[in-house]
Amino acid sequence: MARLTPENEILAREIIGRYPRPKSALIPLLHLAQEQDGYVTDDAMAHIAELVGVTSAEVLGTCSFYEMFKLHPCGRYVINVCTNIACMLCGGDELLHHAEETLGITAGATTPDGLFTIEAVECIAACTEAPALQVNYRYRYKVDNDAFDSLVDDLRAGRLNDEIPPHGTLARVRQHIPDDKRAFIVSPEEAAAAGEPAWMHAHETPSVEGGA
Amino acid sequence: MTDTSEAPPVDGVPVTIDGVEILAAKGELIIDAAERNGVYIPRFCYHPRMEPVGMCRMCIAEVDTGRGPALQPTCMLECTPGMVVHTDSEVTKKAQEGVLEFLLINHPLDCPVCDKGGECPLQDQAVSHGPGESRFVEEKRHKEKPIPVSDLVLLDRERCILCDRCTRFAKDVAGDPLIHFINRGNNTEVNTFPGEPFASYFSGNTVQICPVGALTSSDYRFKARPWDLEKTESTCTTCAVGCRVSIESSRNEVLRYQGVDIDPVNWGWLCDKGRYNLAALDSESRLRDPLVKGPGGAFEVARWSDALRAAANAIQAGLDAGGPGAVAFLGGARLTNESAYAFTKLAKGVIGTDHVDCQLADGMPAEAVLGLPKATIDDVCAPGGTVLLIGPDLKEELPVLFLRLRHAVLRDGVRLVQLTSVPNGCSSLASVVLQHRPGEAHEVVRALFADIPAGRDGGGVNPQALDQARALLRSAGDPTAILGRQSIAEGAEWVLDAATALLDAAPATRFLTAVRRGNTHGALDMGMAPGLLPGRATLAEGRDWFAPRWPTVPAAAGHDAVGILQAAAAGQIHTLVLLGADPLTDFPDRQLAARALSTVPNLVAVDLYITESVQHASVVLAAAGFGEIDGTTTNLEGRVSVLNQKVTPPGTARADWEIAAELALRLGSDLQVESVDDLRAEMAELAPSWAGVTDELLFSVDAADGVVLPLPTATATEPDAADADAAAAEGQSAAEGEAGESDADTPAATGPVRPGLVSFAGGEPLDPPALDAYSLRLIATRTLYDQGTFTQLTPSLAGLAPGTVLRVHAYDHDRLGVPSGTELRVKTPIGSVRAVVVTDPAVLRGTAVAVFNQPDVPLNELIDATQRVTDVRIEAGDR
Ligand code: SF4
Ligand code: SF4
Ligand code: FES
Ligand code: FES
Repeated sequence: MARLTPENEILAREIIGRYPRPKSALIPLLHLAQEQDGYVTDDAMAHIAELVGVTSAEVLGTCSFYEMFKLHPCGRYVINVCTNIACMLCGGDELLHHAEETLGITAGATTPDGLFTIEAVECIAACTEAPALQVNYRYRYKVDNDAFDSLVDDLRAGRLNDEIPPHGTLARVRQHIPDDKRAFIVSPEEAAAAGEPAWMHAHETPSVEGGA
Repeated sequence: MTDTSEAPPVDGVPVTIDGVEILAAKGELIIDAAERNGVYIPRFCYHPRMEPVGMCRMCIAEVDTGRGPALQPTCMLECTPGMVVHTDSEVTKKAQEGVLEFLLINHPLDCPVCDKGGECPLQDQAVSHGPGESRFVEEKRHKEKPIPVSDLVLLDRERCILCDRCTRFAKDVAGDPLIHFINRGNNTEVNTFPGEPFASYFSGNTVQICPVGALTSSDYRFKARPWDLEKTESTCTTCAVGCRVSIESSRNEVLRYQGVDIDPVNWGWLCDKGRYNLAALDSESRLRDPLVKGPGGAFEVARWSDALRAAANAIQAGLDAGGPGAVAFLGGARLTNESAYAFTKLAKGVIGTDHVDCQLADGMPAEAVLGLPKATIDDVCAPGGTVLLIGPDLKEELPVLFLRLRHAVLRDGVRLVQLTSVPNGCSSLASVVLQHRPGEAHEVVRALFADIPAGRDGGGVNPQALDQARALLRSAGDPTAILGRQSIAEGAEWVLDAATALLDAAPATRFLTAVRRGNTHGALDMGMAPGLLPGRATLAEGRDWFAPRWPTVPAAAGHDAVGILQAAAAGQIHTLVLLGADPLTDFPDRQLAARALSTVPNLVAVDLYITESVQHASVVLAAAGFGEIDGTTTNLEGRVSVLNQKVTPPGTARADWEIAAELALRLGSDLQVESVDDLRAEMAELAPSWAGVTDELLFSVDAADGVVLPLPTATATEPDAADADAAAAEGQSAAEGEAGESDADTPAATGPVRPGLVSFAGGEPLDPPALDAYSLRLIATRTLYDQGTFTQLTPSLAGLAPGTVLRVHAYDHDRLGVPSGTELRVKTPIGSVRAVVVTDPAVLRGTAVAVFNQPDVPLNELIDATQRVTDVRIEAGDR
């Protein structure tokens, strides 16, 4: 359980600065929190709420809507085995069972050494390559039991470290946008006041509390 | 609720609903237009006081806009010309049945154990619009039930149909988005963030508007079935907003209050304090019988005849010792209008004392409340207006007024300029916050309308903010002002000064006076303040009118609360009658109150409880409380509404007015009233501001939302007291015609003139005394929950009093040389308390902010009620 580290808080403020409204930075900040701890902690959500000026409940509402934000600790490698129709027909369920047996856990759980989490997921848009799985959202196609075993061996041995960073890592090169290179930030109200574009003021937006 | 109060649409939109052509208002939603024309479309998520979201699809109907019929949610669709709607076609029915079957898939069969069962839209609409049978044979989902989302509200997640009403209310109406949809799809549930409860002042409203039994009140759960409840409408008197409520009881026990939607006031909402403090009326501590102090100094239960005799003797003893001026009455701002009139008549008309004050130096002078040009809540919230808020934190003191103002600002383009010494819960609504030094609001007001004279600084406000506010006011029409006390560590004079300055600069300004206690306005209307007689007449002007009608009239203007307590402490008051007043807790200056209560030889109390002050009384007369008597009350607008009795008072407790009448009898005078109706008739006859307020009017359908005094016809014909008799007679008969009263042959025709209404004169504003370099000027604010009797005697609310620290500016704190958060001694010339002192960037330099009437820091030890300001010193040396 941790709030954002001081370094990440600085980064968070930079990210917030990229948006006309702080609240818009919610999702990037959740990614940042997940990157920091491997999952999104309650403390981090409370911290983000402070940073963007909403309640923690609103942060949780957003965070819990998205499957890719984890609210509980998970393994260094999250393996998503597809069991949706195409994969199922090609052995997705069997693959999942094999994964469960090999790692000694059921879908949704994490191995005691904290290395692997298995999840059964819906279609991951690789139907032509069924059965498919993802490790930290990196695809593996037409996976049979042997392929699964060697994948696990490789991950354990660190042979895939270059390709597959720990769960939560968004990018290994941090993007910094200098102040003078930032996109022109205009709030919808300002844009509407400037007289364009029309769709922005088609509906009257109520004024914002705390906007003074 | 439908907006039936709205005038029929002038340029309507013709639409056909179920074969009948109707005229909808421009922009009206189909669901509303249909309801207004007698066609009820089922719904769960739609609530007329909130933005539609189209969440539940229950209101779906076949709508043809010229491109062929299609199923549409009627709560999301505005009527357009020529639209054809079928709410009972086969297709519509099939869709509605489908929606209901779908909603019921995961809904538990809890009805027999669910509070909502019997008044549940889901039950009702499953019967009226459902398929009648479920095809779902699988296991339903199960969740832990119930989980508390706050101290007051419980949540059964499996009953929730995800209509978004509670969450919309929390975010859009209350501004406390502490409950939210969590997760997605089939797993979606309403919940709080772990460890952050739904601590909103308005949480109880979600229970009322939840269309199923997912949200329940912890204090009502399993208490009753709806069909066992008896209901009557009344008005909440917990604060002066005067929200309309329904009192619901079973077996002579009040079990809950529900909000009733009236357009001009509460829109159906209640605050949690008003909604849940009913437990106090039923508390163990409630007085059931009168008490008389025995020789040993302990209270003993007495018979009414003995207690009344003892009380009358006490009053007589005062009269004998020092004449009428030796008797004083304190309190009464929680009485009904009728009881307030009865006590005024007893005090001023029978005993002849003018030492009467219904407020405890914590409100506003009667001259301001009654005499300023008045605005209603609707006036203040009128779309596009500009409002000056010079007063308390409405969220803490007048919660539902805060909701109305919040809506006005966020939805109706009202702009708020706040003058305050410390930002508070209303500041986030303000376009401009003008933070000024305590006691200098009038300087700010002047600076808003004219250049700041050389050598002054406009109360110390930020010049940019001032410019913004000026620009805002320049572009606006006549402003309205919400005027009240933001700090009871300062005298009320500052508020008057601000009003004077505002009327000087903008004479067309109208005011909503933010008094706090339930019926302060009504009690003042009934003359419960020094120098006043019933009906907003001054003693000077009204004497001739009341003299022939009352046994006596006070000889001269008396003391206000401060004066009364000072005189009592000085031994000049021999008998003090407390009317539900607890000066030891509520009066700003505890030491003065304590001296007064220990000095005064005879103390009589009329109360519901033995409060700290009542402990000192020799006689205690047990009074009936809210919901136990009939009558009327007057809210802060001057709106009179009807209070109804629902249950009988406990034990032998009696209505206050009866107590007044009995006391009068024992003092040798008959008030000549035998019922609340008699009292009201006399008020309408004698009290100028009540002219025309007959029972026919009050109980008519037109007056369902109450009537604002004075009635327009009454003022129009109100004779100016300075005018000749002819004008008076004319005014009289006009009032007669309107009200259909029978007092045409009263002495009015020949005798003295009915007095005019008091008006606000104001006075030349003074400068506050200089602050010495070692002191900080104290700002004593309030929170909704405090040590007040009603809150403390309601178990579910008692623990919610937040306590207080002393907040100071970092600059002032640095001088103390101790870390923020240290407990220190805080002193004034008259007292000292210990308080944790913290820095707060929002606090102005030279000021210190704390909350009044909290358990840990008794600020009333510090405040000297005879001073216009309270300057404190913080002693860092002595920890
Ligand atoms: S708890 Fe009640 S009000 Fe809230 S979303 Fe569920 S059904 Fe609607
Ligand atoms: S705002 Fe005042 S009148 Fe309304 S419910 Fe609350 S306490 Fe009662
Ligand atoms: S079904 Fe498995 S990827 Fe589409
Ligand atoms: S009432 Fe219209 S969608 Fe719920």
